[in-house]
Amino acid sequence: MSHTGSGAAATAVRPGRQAGRSAPPPDPAPRPRRRLDLTGALSPWLFLAPALTIFALFKFWPMAQAVAMSLHEVRPYLGDRWVGLDNYTQVLTDEDFLSAIGHTAVLAVGQTGGSILLGMALALLLEGSAKHLWVVRTAVFLPTVVAMAVVAEVWRILYYPAPDGTVNTVLGWLGMGPSQFLNSQDSSLLSVMAVGIWRGAPYDMMIFLAGLAGVDRNLYEAAAVDGASVARRLWHVTFPALRPVFAILFTLAAIRGLRVFTEIFLLTNGGPNGATEVMMTLIYKLGLERGELGVAAAGSMLLLAATVLLTLVVRLLRSRAERKVA
Amino acid sequence: MASGFDSALGFTARRGPLALLVKTIVYGLLVIVFAGPLLALMIGAFTKVNDPTSLVSGGGFTLDNFTRAFDRGVLGYLANSFIVVGGGLLLQIAVSVSASYSLARKTFPLMKLVFLLVLSTMMLPEEVLAIPLSLVLSRVNLTGTLLGMIIPVGAWAFSILVMTEFMKEIPVELEEAARLDGAGDLRVFWSVVLPLCRPALGVVGIFGFTMIWDQYLLPLLVATDAQQFTLPLALRTLRSDEQVGIGVLLAAALLALLPSVLAFIAMQRQFMRGLTSGAVKG
Repeated sequence: MSHTGSGAAATAVRPGRQAGRSAPPPDPAPRPRRRLDLTGALSPWLFLAPALTIFALFKFWPMAQAVAMSLHEVRPYLGDRWVGLDNYTQVLTDEDFLSAIGHTAVLAVGQTGGSILLGMALALLLEGSAKHLWVVRTAVFLPTVVAMAVVAEVWRILYYPAPDGTVNTVLGWLGMGPSQFLNSQDSSLLSVMAVGIWRGAPYDMMIFLAGLAGVDRNLYEAAAVDGASVARRLWHVTFPALRPVFAILFTLAAIRGLRVFTEIFLLTNGGPNGATEVMMTLIYKLGLERGELGVAAAGSMLLLAATVLLTLVVRLLRSRAERKVA
Repeated sequence: MASGFDSALGFTARRGPLALLVKTIVYGLLVIVFAGPLLALMIGAFTKVNDPTSLVSGGGFTLDNFTRAFDRGVLGYLANSFIVVGGGLLLQIAVSVSASYSLARKTFPLMKLVFLLVLSTMMLPEEVLAIPLSLVLSRVNLTGTLLGMIIPVGAWAFSILVMTEFMKEIPVELEEAARLDGAGDLRVFWSVVLPLCRPALGVVGIFGFTMIWDQYLLPLLVATDAQQFTLPLALRTLRSDEQVGIGVLLAAALLALLPSVLAFIAMQRQFMRGLTSGAVKG
């Protein structure tokens, strides 16, 4: 479809090339055309210009700057000094950065795994065409639509660390002790992670639902006729069909986890005592509060490398898996 | 028999009082866990709360939180948010429709490269580029202006890709007919392709809206003082303001929450379509 579309559009631009096609109707009335026409080689570029300009200014220029800055000691008014890979070694040996990298990894893994598992469970529970299911799905999906800043404020209140705080009250009913949540070094990272899962799982659920809709119902029936239990049916029919969905969700969620900023910034701002400091909050503080732009840029580059690497690895695994199937 | 497999679990098809009870409990729990906190926020904004431990503390109905929030300049922040999301969305739609027209309906040298560049911006999240981005923003004199929050969100690879996929499906014959009538690129774009894109415009519009409304880091980098704060940014200031009670914070949070929730509910169908077209096609 795509080939016919763009190919024909190109021939239509230059009518002379249509000679090979079946009976091109001649243009009987030559009139003063193309006054407002941007035809020609330039036209596609004019349509692309706004997008490319914005990307160039706010994506590629900062990108180039980041690369340059990461190799320099940035000194405003004094001129930058070339330091080679020093910034990178500083990032990779600095204790704060190492623990931030650790927290980022834990958070990315926990949030990714948590939202995929919970999203899968939600999708299985809420699959179906009944009207009430649609209502429940909409309600469950709300956290994903609401701005992160609002989510963070709500959860700060829910997490209120006194025994009569909302979540602590619920924990009390379940016979579990009050937790300090965001205020304690032991629980703060987990608390942030829970918010991430709460907001991420419904998104994953929707993608899973789309995947589940594509599973051949006859396979379920065949499995049931063969006497397969629900668990076996899921394992042998549903999960294999969802494999590409898993791969996509894994990439998306992991990247989301790596670049997490807003929720940490608003929930704990890296505290208590650095227990939730992640790459992005540390980079923000280093760059914009302490003015160590070079080191911050080097940190950003490492983060970028991690996301790109992750994307490529998943792509590779996916194409290999597809080849094996085919 | 076939109806027994409406879903993978066969969960919805099961009947009987026990199944109904289990379903009701499960669905109820899910709604409480996921929508409950937001619902509590909405109720809390209209009740006399000043208890930091809970969203709702049973005081009577009041609009006091809102009037006090307005005293704190919340309407101004809200106006900023609307300017940013309105301007950003208009720009984003115009930019992606225009770029997609080239990518979907034309072939030209370096097309593959352009496509790759557009895709690659998805791997350059603004979080990762935050530090140099803030320098660039000040270099082009956008720091301290709402325009600085509008222009960078004007081009978004997701919108361009969704739009491009959609435009590829428009039959060539329509375009050829217009060209035979002497229509040029602009005319084909404006009178033939664009009117047919309305469903895709819905998808791009709703996603662009949510994305821009959710922006936090970009406004944080751009704003130089509270005058330019968007409502999400202002929440943090309100929270740390000792004289502002929790009720005022809830009222402001409700105002920050409502537009995206209303937009989502109004355009849910388009949202779902966009979710899967953007994600599953990768």
